[in-house]
Amino acid sequence: MSQAWLPLITLATSLLVAPLILLLPERAWRARAVLNLSAALLKLLLVGLMVVGLYQGREFAFGFTVVPGVEFLLRVDALGMMFAGLSSLLWLATTVYAIGYLEDSPNRKRFFAFFSLCVASTTGIALAGNFFTFLLFYELLTLSTYPLVVHRGHSAALAAGTVYLRYTLSGGLVLLLGVVALHALVGDITFGEREMLRDLGPEYHSLLIGLFLVLLLGLGVKAALVPLHGWLPRAMVAPAPVSALLHAVAVVKAGAFGIVRLVYDVYGIQLTFELGLLTLLTALSVFTILYASLRALAQQELKPRLAFSTISQVSYIVLGISLFGPFGTIAGLAHLMHQGLMKVTLFYCAGNYAEELGIHRIDELDGAGRRMPLTSLAFTVGALGMIGLPPVAGFISKWYLGIGAVQAGMSWVIAVLVASSLLNAAYFLPILHRLWFRAGPEHGKGQWPEERHLGRFETSSWLLWPTLATALFSLLAGLLAGLPFSPLDLATLVATEEYLP
Amino acid sequence: MIERLGLVTTQLPTATSSAMVLLAVVMPVLLGVLGGAWRPLRGWPGLALALIPLLALLWLVQQIAVHGTQAWVLELGSLTLHWRANGLTLLLLLLTQWLVLASAVYTPAYLRVAEQALGRGAVWLWPLMGLLATSLSLIWMAADLLTLYIGLELMGLTAVGLILLPGREEALAAGMRYLLLALIGSLAFLLGVALLLGSWERLDLAGLAVVVEPSPVLWVAMALLSAGLLLKAAAFPLHAWLVPVHGSAWTPVSALHAALVIKASFFIALQLWLVLAPQAAAAAWLVGGMGAAAVVWGGLLAWRADKLKDVVAWSTVSQLGYLLIGFPLLIGTSTAVASIAWAGVWLQLLAHSLAKAAMFLAVGNLMLATGESRVSGLAGASRRFPLSLLSFGIAAISLVGLPPSAGFTAKWLLLHASLAAGQWPWLVVLAVGTLLSAAYVFRVFRYSFVEDVEREDYRPVPLRMDLVALALALASLILGLTATWPLALLAIAGGTP
Repeated sequence: MSQAWLPLITLATSLLVAPLILLLPERAWRARAVLNLSAALLKLLLVGLMVVGLYQGREFAFGFTVVPGVEFLLRVDALGMMFAGLSSLLWLATTVYAIGYLEDSPNRKRFFAFFSLCVASTTGIALAGNFFTFLLFYELLTLSTYPLVVHRGHSAALAAGTVYLRYTLSGGLVLLLGVVALHALVGDITFGEREMLRDLGPEYHSLLIGLFLVLLLGLGVKAALVPLHGWLPRAMVAPAPVSALLHAVAVVKAGAFGIVRLVYDVYGIQLTFELGLLTLLTALSVFTILYASLRALAQQELKPRLAFSTISQVSYIVLGISLFGPFGTIAGLAHLMHQGLMKVTLFYCAGNYAEELGIHRIDELDGAGRRMPLTSLAFTVGALGMIGLPPVAGFISKWYLGIGAVQAGMSWVIAVLVASSLLNAAYFLPILHRLWFRAGPEHGKGQWPEERHLGRFETSSWLLWPTLATALFSLLAGLLAGLPFSPLDLATLVATEEYLP
Repeated sequence: MIERLGLVTTQLPTATSSAMVLLAVVMPVLLGVLGGAWRPLRGWPGLALALIPLLALLWLVQQIAVHGTQAWVLELGSLTLHWRANGLTLLLLLLTQWLVLASAVYTPAYLRVAEQALGRGAVWLWPLMGLLATSLSLIWMAADLLTLYIGLELMGLTAVGLILLPGREEALAAGMRYLLLALIGSLAFLLGVALLLGSWERLDLAGLAVVVEPSPVLWVAMALLSAGLLLKAAAFPLHAWLVPVHGSAWTPVSALHAALVIKASFFIALQLWLVLAPQAAAAAWLVGGMGAAAVVWGGLLAWRADKLKDVVAWSTVSQLGYLLIGFPLLIGTSTAVASIAWAGVWLQLLAHSLAKAAMFLAVGNLMLATGESRVSGLAGASRRFPLSLLSFGIAAISLVGLPPSAGFTAKWLLLHASLAAGQWPWLVVLAVGTLLSAAYVFRVFRYSFVEDVEREDYRPVPLRMDLVALALALASLILGLTATWPLALLAIAGGTP
């Protein structure tokens, strides 16, 4: 009984918070904060319960028929749990951060309501047991993110919102067409029932390739695969917590996660390989990784640079799954978690600099390490992780990617990895240099663009603690990668299920 | 296909269900007349207008679910009237009463806010609304051409009356044009009926389905019937009258008109095609083509429209196109395709009716609150009128066809049907329609999120008006994931439960 309801309750924690928040008056920020935080904690607890249950081999599923032949299905599996765990952990951190960040700004009620709705959609995507349910929440994510992107209401935000909708709604539509076509072909496919497509026979192969491309096009928009990435850098006008959670984690990961589902749980890695589609994915992701890194290098502002870095890093996930072999899979999936932790840290830091010192451009960061040592430390951890230095989590991803490439007989990918790491270093190390080694306002040279003293520490503690927590997690995910329940361990579990029948 | 319409049944009605049907059909008009004795600002006649028939209907649903379709034969002198109640009929009756209930709750509050001085004509509101509910019920239940004609004529005239109520000049102009076109439509319909009667000497649909043979007379009759009905349904390219009518009428009247009145003409048209020309695939493609053009043209004009109400009105033209696509998917296709399309078409009708009514009411609230009728007047509305905007948003989700709304589930079914039938063009139409509708609803949202406006003269509307809009919008949302319920009701078609 409780097992069927657990996924539903997990979904409901954030879904039901949205209307409750709307009912609270705008002024009641304390009640809202308590509501938000307790829901986030509850959700984390529930996801924890499900992860433990999963390790014990229990099944959690909830479903009902929507129209004959189409089912709404929530189901817990290792892959979904990785994503659900990531989003619920970061929801908690980001809620704390957002409460501090939006203090005294207008429209907070609206913000938090849609924010909860976004997290609910992410959870739904993670728990979706078939493509119909996945699509449902995938679109809901688009809708609930739009008010957050245009939150500030100025013309740049509105223009970014329009671009965002153009990309995501078209992507969603293409995905819908693909899913309906798949449905018309074989009926309802529960994720994991790979034999349904495999058994179709060679005469269907060209059709399957076509469908895969359609679905990939739909998912690629949110995953920000080049050339479908145009919305992401523009969406950076959103407030920092939105950029952090939604554009570093929820939205882009929803796309990447969808591609993972498509390859592993709908087509199956074997069929995808036989159809020659893995090569396509490799090519796409390699191009995205290199192109976005180059673009990141050219950015003069902090958030756009991080945005292009996101585009590049999310493609590591796609690259990982496109390498035929367990290590590639492990690398791709572990990176799903690792990249989320590190990137969210970097975005928090960018938000902290902007709030406390009014810094938006990279060249304004000179000497900020002395003024804000803890934030800068967190930034350093995140940046080094992105470059792939041990012991931060990013190293694990790159290491496994390398092994995966060798295993798949594609050693040239290692050259790509090296090139990308060099590029990462080229756009992150100068920032670190400015932070720690350049003389700035704190050394009596010039002044901060707009300095505010937000709290007892270097900035408001609402902003500081989440930043430090996620930085710590990025370190721990790398240091303790060998322990159970670590991202790497979960990824290994998924990969084992995938490759061992 | 014909068995889905429940025209052929051996089930004899029980005395109680006959009483309930009478209650549902006749009660609204009686109560409406009674309500006319009071001023329209009083809410309770309207409430009773809809609540009593609604309860009777719920009882009837129980009956039909257990015993199957029921049919009535009424002998009035030399005339024989055929009525039937099956799942589809009940679904549409429930929808009608639900929407009438919503507008009955909404209207008194609306009039108090919107109209400073009510003209003498306003006393006609409740009688007309009651008559409208009755005529719609007649149309849903009719199983012969005579009842259909009576219902259609009555509905058309009542709708004109309701539109004329504001008494303003533009309302008069739009109403008179509508009257003229409605009369032309009725005339065409009547000619078609006369041709059928002359050739086959009967008017009951079940009987006609057996005796008609493909012949030039049938084609001419069908062309006349369809032309008349499509004109009344505002199908492209016969839609020009719709936008001024919606723009000038009272908001709850526009809502009822868009949600029900034009749907009734569509319903009759589809029913007649299925009964009289179930294999006329080529002609059905023509209607589908009109639907496609309507989707695109209506969407484009809704996108360009300057006034809020025009956006909603043009969106009706566009959305009706989705329903017209049902023709080629239902006529001359295999059973597998038709059964998916059947569910899709009626779910789309339900979704659109609820969402469109909700959207009209929400737009009405926004217009009253801001005192602006233009889209750009909404600047800053998201902060000041979150509830109206939320209703608008939820209704918009269903209109665009985004999950988890009923509009999405309906679109899913229609897409599936087009794929299964191999009719590719409709896929493109549905896709383009989705993008266009997203474009026009998000244009409205875009303005509402503008922050830098300094205006003070806002008049918030009473909470009741917002709640009615929200309730309708939520209904269209919830039907998306609970579509099994209406579809199960639809499945009660023929003589067996």
